[in-house]
Amino acid sequence: MNFTLSKEHQLAQNLFREFADKEVAPLAHEIDETERFPVETVEKMKKLGFLGIPYKKEYGGQGCDDLTYVLMMEQLGRVCGSTAIIASVHTSLCCGALNNAGTEEQKQKYLRPLCDGTWLGAFGLTEPSAGTDAAGQCTRAVLDGDEYVLNGSKIFITNSGWADVYVIFAMTDKSQGSRGISAFIVPANTPGFSVGKPELKMGIRASTACELIFENVRIPKENLLGKEGKGFGIAMKALDGGRIGIAAQALGLAQGALDNVIAYVKERKQFGKPLSKLQNTQFTLADMETRVQAARLLVYSAAVAYDQGQPISVKAAQAKLFASETASYVTNRAVQLMGGYGYMREYPVERMMRDAKITEIYEGTSEVMRMVISGQLLK
Amino acid sequence: MNIVVCIKQVPDTTEVKLDPKTGTLIREGVPSIINPDDKAGLEAALRLKDQYGAKVTVVSMGPPQADAALKEAVAMGADQAILLSDRAFGGSDTWATSTVIASALKKLDYDLIITGRQAIDGDTAQVGPQIAEHLGIPNISYAEDIKLEGDHIIVKRKYEDRYHIIKCKLPCLITALSELNVPRYMTPGRIFDAYRNEELATKVWGVNDVPVDTTVIGLKGSPTNVFKSFTKAPKAAGNVYKPDTAEEAAQIIVDKLQEKFIL
Repeated sequence: MNFTLSKEHQLAQNLFREFADKEVAPLAHEIDETERFPVETVEKMKKLGFLGIPYKKEYGGQGCDDLTYVLMMEQLGRVCGSTAIIASVHTSLCCGALNNAGTEEQKQKYLRPLCDGTWLGAFGLTEPSAGTDAAGQCTRAVLDGDEYVLNGSKIFITNSGWADVYVIFAMTDKSQGSRGISAFIVPANTPGFSVGKPELKMGIRASTACELIFENVRIPKENLLGKEGKGFGIAMKALDGGRIGIAAQALGLAQGALDNVIAYVKERKQFGKPLSKLQNTQFTLADMETRVQAARLLVYSAAVAYDQGQPISVKAAQAKLFASETASYVTNRAVQLMGGYGYMREYPVERMMRDAKITEIYEGTSEVMRMVISGQLLK
Repeated sequence: MNIVVCIKQVPDTTEVKLDPKTGTLIREGVPSIINPDDKAGLEAALRLKDQYGAKVTVVSMGPPQADAALKEAVAMGADQAILLSDRAFGGSDTWATSTVIASALKKLDYDLIITGRQAIDGDTAQVGPQIAEHLGIPNISYAEDIKLEGDHIIVKRKYEDRYHIIKCKLPCLITALSELNVPRYMTPGRIFDAYRNEELATKVWGVNDVPVDTTVIGLKGSPTNVFKSFTKAPKAAGNVYKPDTAEEAAQIIVDKLQEKFIL
């Protein structure tokens, strides 16, 4: 058992850390305040291959692994939760579904431009009445000649409005329940497809979460991803991978808040001495750091299991559950230690606390994670 | 075109601390980086490669761990890495170092050699020009801009108070300033290639791989002896006088020199 990152992973970590500090952190406050999608950062990430890290070079990817992707997510999350989720949904969910279920032709046509930095991707599963109960899909797809016709809507879709291609889930046979769901590749410029107004969110405010509207959207039947009726499995498998990415984002948020609060308590003086000399501060920091380290071990080990081809549903759920709750705990304690200053939007911990909350909710709530974990124990 | 870039691995700090007892650098806990001037030189080479097409070889002399700097260079886009590493090279001063590097370069095809101006740990700025002397090729120091024109290179050389535009026939050696450019990021895939693709593996050359006279390298072959190293005591702020005339200025200087019993 070896808990040291390989030299290539360490060098990649240095790269992501430097990129996060130089390119992402300086924008984080502004894009949160103005709810502006950081298109310039996304372009830089595309150019550097950051949006195709775990995928094969033959599909335009970097030929690295999930651990490398996780290291990027952690560093992005450390300085900007919004930028991290843009990369995660693109990589884990959109590219992940295409990589897992796509035909060779689909991979060349869609996965390659997504991985090589030409396109940005998105993933549409959630609907107004199908959140955690993802099987309750109302969007319908009907085969008409050589085309599927999609009607319905999706909500809270990350990268909506900026994505070039969407992986969309829709019912092809309502009578079959979750076995009647199919996955489709929908280019953004398809007639009948439109993006609704942006939702106003508590955190990750620089990422988009709009409604997607499908009005007689006709796509060629070659754009069916996987077989008809296999969409639910495709979504769940992509989400397993996605949860490791979200766990890494949460880990980064926790680390970022911890870094900020450590610097603050050394500087801030009350009662004639720095806050760092108070035992309450010291003990709180110790608890924060210990949880962050525990989260890191869970997240990295889930990524390594993924790379080794092990079953990862439970490991991914454990990593996401613990890392996201750690992010909420640590960011909350960071605000508390910083007192009034921590509550001010001038300091990043307030933003990190708002960003952390969503990691307990999206790509499977903490409650769903507990269901996955206990389900394995009790089966 | 073949471009060779010489790089050095240095501690990542411009405030290197010295051990007061031994007079040597305290390297513990200080991460290592590619020397900033050298990294700018590498970026310049990679831009020439992007623009005109070239094979870029990076060369470093140092202990085995200096390979990390070469890996980073390959991850930025260098095509080949050579590490000159041997106990016989240890303790070399600038002259012995440039002797070893120039000997190694004689084994390589090169049209252009780029080095950094100086390393942030030693600050001598000697090794680059010395390599050019050993090889008998022209040297242009302090390059702030580099262009290629046929078989000539056009370099904008920065002096303290002026620039020189110099045109030089290849092959030649250029020393680069960190102001030359903003070095590119590595890419994740290139990082993996640097470590995992055997074709990109660093070639390690020891004393037997380099045609060099062993009496002029290493600690024994180095003409420089470091007598003492110490951390400079901070200087107090000086006095600023604003005399109206040259005579007045001269008088102030004479008074001060007499005050210190120098005159």
